[in-house]
Amino acid sequence: MLSMEGTSTIRNEAQMIEAILAGDTQLYHELIRPYERAVYLMALSYVKSETEAEDIAQEAFIKAFRSLATFRAEAKFSTWLISITLNEARGRLRRKASLREEPLEELTDDDRPVSPALLRDWREIPSEALERMEVRTLLRKAVEALPAIYREVFVLRDVEELNVNETAATLKISVASVKVRLHRARIMLQKQLAPVLKAAAPERKRRWFR
Amino acid sequence: MIIDCKHVWNYLSEYIDGSLSEETREAVQLHLDHCEICSAILDATRNIIILTADDRVFELPVGYSERLHARLEKELNDKLS
Repeated sequence: MLSMEGTSTIRNEAQMIEAILAGDTQLYHELIRPYERAVYLMALSYVKSETEAEDIAQEAFIKAFRSLATFRAEAKFSTWLISITLNEARGRLRRKASLREEPLEELTDDDRPVSPALLRDWREIPSEALERMEVRTLLRKAVEALPAIYREVFVLRDVEELNVNETAATLKISVASVKVRLHRARIMLQKQLAPVLKAAAPERKRRWFR
Repeated sequence: MIIDCKHVWNYLSEYIDGSLSEETREAVQLHLDHCEICSAILDATRNIIILTADDRVFELPVGYSERLHARLEKELNDKLS
C-alpha cells in the first residue's frame, strides 16, 4: 500500500534512483515493484479493457524511466509515478475521442446532491462473499460506472489507500475537492450497490414469528 | 446541534474517515444513535468501501508483471547500448 511507506523506503528509493541515474539501470526493476499494482489500477480506472490498461501501465513505467532524471527528491516517487500514469491514460482518451470526434467525458464538478439508497437495516457482507465472481463483478462494474472525476479519487483513496493529501497532490486538485468527490463517489456506490449486494447476499433465515 | 437525515448523509464520508470537527462528529453520532436508516446507510457504505479495497475485486491480468519486466528489460538494455 502506497500510504504505508515509511521514511526508510523513501530513503532507499532516493538511493536507488541515484544509483539508476549513475548507470545501475537494473535497479529500476526493484524500484517499481511495489507500484506495479497501483499503476495498473490507475490505468484501468480510465479504460475499460484490461489489455489497454496493461499497455498504459507499461508505457507509464517506460516514460518514468526515461524521465527519471527530472524526478525531484522532494516529491514522493509513488505520487510522481501515478501522475505519469494519469497523463498517459488521459492523453490516450483524448486521442481516441478526437479520432471518433466524440466529446470527452465531462470533467467538471456537479453540485447536485447525491442521495444514498435508503435501508432500514444492513447485514454485513463478509469478505468471503468475494469468493463469488458475481459479487466481484458487481463491485468492479459499479466503480467503472462512476464518472471519471469521482472514479479517479475513489480509486486512489479507497482502492490504493492513499491519504487525502497524497490524492490531492497526485491529481493536482485541492484537498477540499478530494473530500467532495470522494464523498460523492462513496454515496453513488452505496446507492448503486447496497440494493443489489443485499439481494446477492446469502438469504437470511426467516423468522418464524413474522 | 440537531441535524436531520439529509445533513447527516453529507457528513458520512468524512465521518468514516474521522476528519469531522468534534462538534459535527458529535451531532452526527447523536443522530446515528437514534436513526436506524442513517445507521444502515453508514454500515452499508463502510461495508462497500472495505469490499472494493479487497485485492480480489481488481485483479492483475495473469502474466502482467512478467510482461512488464520483459518490456522494461529491453528498454534498460537499449539505454545501455
